[in-house]
Amino acid sequence: MQFKTYSSPHLPVNDSVSVMMLRVLLALIPGTVCAFWIFGWGVLFNILIAVVTSLLAEAAVLKLRGRTALSGLLDGSALVTAVLLALALPPLTPWWIPVIGSLFAIVIAKQLYGGLGYNPFNPAMAGYVVLLISFPLELTLWSAPGAHPGFVDTLSLVTTGNLPAGQSLDALTMATPMDSIKTRLGLSETLSEIHASPLFGSFAGAGWEWINLWFLLGGLWLMQMKVIQWQIPTGMLGGLAVIAFVFYAVNPDIYSTPLFHIFSGAAMLGAFFIATDPVSASTTPHGRIYYGIGIGVLTYIIRTWGGYPDGVAFAVLLMNLAAPTIDYYTRPRVFGQGDEDSP
Amino acid sequence: MTASGDSFRRSRDVTFGNLHSFHGGLKLPGHREITANRPICNAGIPPLLSIPLQQHIGDPAECLVRPGDTVYKGQIIARAPGAFSVPVHASSSGTVIAVEERLVPHPSCIKEKCIVIETDGLDRVADEQPVAIDYLQTEPEKICELVQQAGIVGMGGAGFPTRIKLCNRKQHIELLLINAVECEPYISCDNRLMQERAAEVIEGVRIMRHGIQPDACIIAIEDNMHAAEQALRTALEAASETGITIIRVPEIYPSGGERQLIRILTGREVPGKGFPADMGIVCQNVGTATAVYHAVAKRQPLISRIVTVTGEGIVQPQNFECLLGTPVSHLVAAAGGYTSGIERLLIGGPMMGYAVPSDNIPVIKTTNCVLAVSREEMPAPPPAQPCIRCGKCTDVCPADLLPQQLYWYARSNNYDAAQDYNLFDCIECGCCAYVCPSHIPLVQYYRHAKTEIWTQEAQKKAADIARKRHESRLARLERIKQQRADRMARKKQALSGDNGSKDAKKMAIQAALDRVKQKKEQASSTPKNIDNLTAEQQRMIAEADERRRNRQPGSDN
Repeated sequence: MQFKTYSSPHLPVNDSVSVMMLRVLLALIPGTVCAFWIFGWGVLFNILIAVVTSLLAEAAVLKLRGRTALSGLLDGSALVTAVLLALALPPLTPWWIPVIGSLFAIVIAKQLYGGLGYNPFNPAMAGYVVLLISFPLELTLWSAPGAHPGFVDTLSLVTTGNLPAGQSLDALTMATPMDSIKTRLGLSETLSEIHASPLFGSFAGAGWEWINLWFLLGGLWLMQMKVIQWQIPTGMLGGLAVIAFVFYAVNPDIYSTPLFHIFSGAAMLGAFFIATDPVSASTTPHGRIYYGIGIGVLTYIIRTWGGYPDGVAFAVLLMNLAAPTIDYYTRPRVFGQGDEDSP
Repeated sequence: MTASGDSFRRSRDVTFGNLHSFHGGLKLPGHREITANRPICNAGIPPLLSIPLQQHIGDPAECLVRPGDTVYKGQIIARAPGAFSVPVHASSSGTVIAVEERLVPHPSCIKEKCIVIETDGLDRVADEQPVAIDYLQTEPEKICELVQQAGIVGMGGAGFPTRIKLCNRKQHIELLLINAVECEPYISCDNRLMQERAAEVIEGVRIMRHGIQPDACIIAIEDNMHAAEQALRTALEAASETGITIIRVPEIYPSGGERQLIRILTGREVPGKGFPADMGIVCQNVGTATAVYHAVAKRQPLISRIVTVTGEGIVQPQNFECLLGTPVSHLVAAAGGYTSGIERLLIGGPMMGYAVPSDNIPVIKTTNCVLAVSREEMPAPPPAQPCIRCGKCTDVCPADLLPQQLYWYARSNNYDAAQDYNLFDCIECGCCAYVCPSHIPLVQYYRHAKTEIWTQEAQKKAADIARKRHESRLARLERIKQQRADRMARKKQALSGDNGSKDAKKMAIQAALDRVKQKKEQASSTPKNIDNLTAEQQRMIAEADERRRNRQPGSDN
């Protein structure tokens, strides 16, 4: 009798990349629903457009590369990239913004580097940064929290650029809380004056604080499911909070509270879903902490002194660059080597 | 506990029972209940025994029998050529029908030299049987000798000759650690052994303790083996033995690994290239302890062992006591045969065992489990996807390695970097591959890289030797040339020197002339081959000369 031979271990595995990606998507649902609640249909349009573009682009490139497109699509990584990119975009942005972003993310940032597992940069953030640099105006089209246009109006605005009758673009869109802080601090206003505006909620931006809270919950669930490890989110939020606290303690008039920072902009989305992209992140246990701290600190620096209101995307890309070096210098002590931690 | 044992506790700050943990590891489904609750059954005498000469780490034994020889049960049929080897015994009586290359249990499924015995079913033993001894009255050296003569090797899986571990006189042994942690799923042979033969296990441990004379002795047992633990405790009580401590360790794979177990119990880590003995610790398996008992107290060599035969591919999973050399097919038949779903046959457990293509291989000293699995139980591994560097492998690696980096370097044949990332500290436990969401056969990559590195090193060594040989040859030729030149130069100088040179020249010339003259005289004095001829020979020469002379004019025509 002839038996089949495989390499050990033989116990069947019950985890897969697809399941991991599926869990990431599930964990994104609460924050996404909240964003939809606050910013309206544009959020869903962005996701839909980005997903369709990404999947088509992924399938096309895989075919060109002579791979089976189906198994590549089934791993779900393109889907996650698309959703993350879409969630970073303003809800009233024209349809071609998510299209261009997704194409860049999938074709150039991911597949040209070798596809899943080989991309040095987070594809979603690479796509987002390209959009941010190339189309700064289109990336400011945030609707006022809770005061978004209806389904038909949003659809026509996104697809044709036609505004609803009798409304101007300025009336529909509104600066984000962090944008407004940046602008008004430049006008020598103090933070307490700025926070009096209806743009701000109980501890961070109105609406934004809720979105961040729900992303935090989704992220904690991911951690619970062991899809992501604690080091990167903790490092990033901790780094961001600590540096924010230092400057807040020095001058609370011009530096926001740590709480504001970790519940604003893309902080929670970034900490749990973007910085934790395993392919482009640091991979050693200690390295992940440093990597997270680096993103947190860079985010703060860019937010506070940089030219852009939010800095998560740039911070992630910069730390992507540093990840191999961090990994090299943070290799764990191998069993039986060096100091043993005896009691 | 002796006074020195107490000092061991104090000096190392080890309080037994206060356990440590190692990094990583897995909680695996046990699958042991199937066999752990059924008694050990005797597999009987198979018609043919195929006994490999190498069942251990080290040099293969040297065959002492020829086809046609009659052998008795327990007779030495192959002897150990050196210290790093053990003898092999006939497992049953019968006739040697061949000494040839046969399939053996090996990850690469290779053929090795085996002694094939056609059994007579009588289990006849030699007339002269050694007398049982009282081990407590025996010198430790004698115990080591008996253990070696009985062909005992580590029966937990590695097959390291036990004598070497028992007779390490270089280092004082502080702790004798008996490994009863059967951490791989499905396997229950040690568990059953302890349940049914606890007294033998304890006696074996006592003998080993007598041989090693350690400060302390611990039996480490998994915390879910209640029946086995109870049996051991009863046996300890019955023997009024108080110097052996039983300690429960948590059920985490691979806590049964020697280095992991030492870490759990003492908090100390054996260096990658070191041995436990360097730290004053000797680790032995319970199966080995039983073999030692039989070897020393009963003077019986190692000719059988307990094997777990299990899996959904087996009709009646059970533990078997079986003779070494028994074909796996015979063992499976004893367990009721295969079920229809059988797809894979493993030797060893599902984590570190290897799949074999055929069941026509013998049970050897290190075979602890025959695992026949169905497709539903262990489906074919799904195709590997790219590594996404999620780091799950790092989280479970008990050696604190970075498996994802090792994979990266092994895959790109960057063996220097792989070694730099401590490839050789990998114990191939399979935890990384088990959790890999991309289903990459990581262990296979590491094994391949290790083999490649070994091959390269062997080649490099051979090339080094060749290069050295070549260099020394060149040096020798150069030296000879130099010596010749020196000699010439000296001669020349002697001939062309200014002071008294003419006399010297003359003398040299005279000497040369003398030598020539002497040679000539010698030549003339030595007999030529035409001297001293018989009359007949002279006549023949004359005739030949005559013929030549006569032919000369004719040739001119």
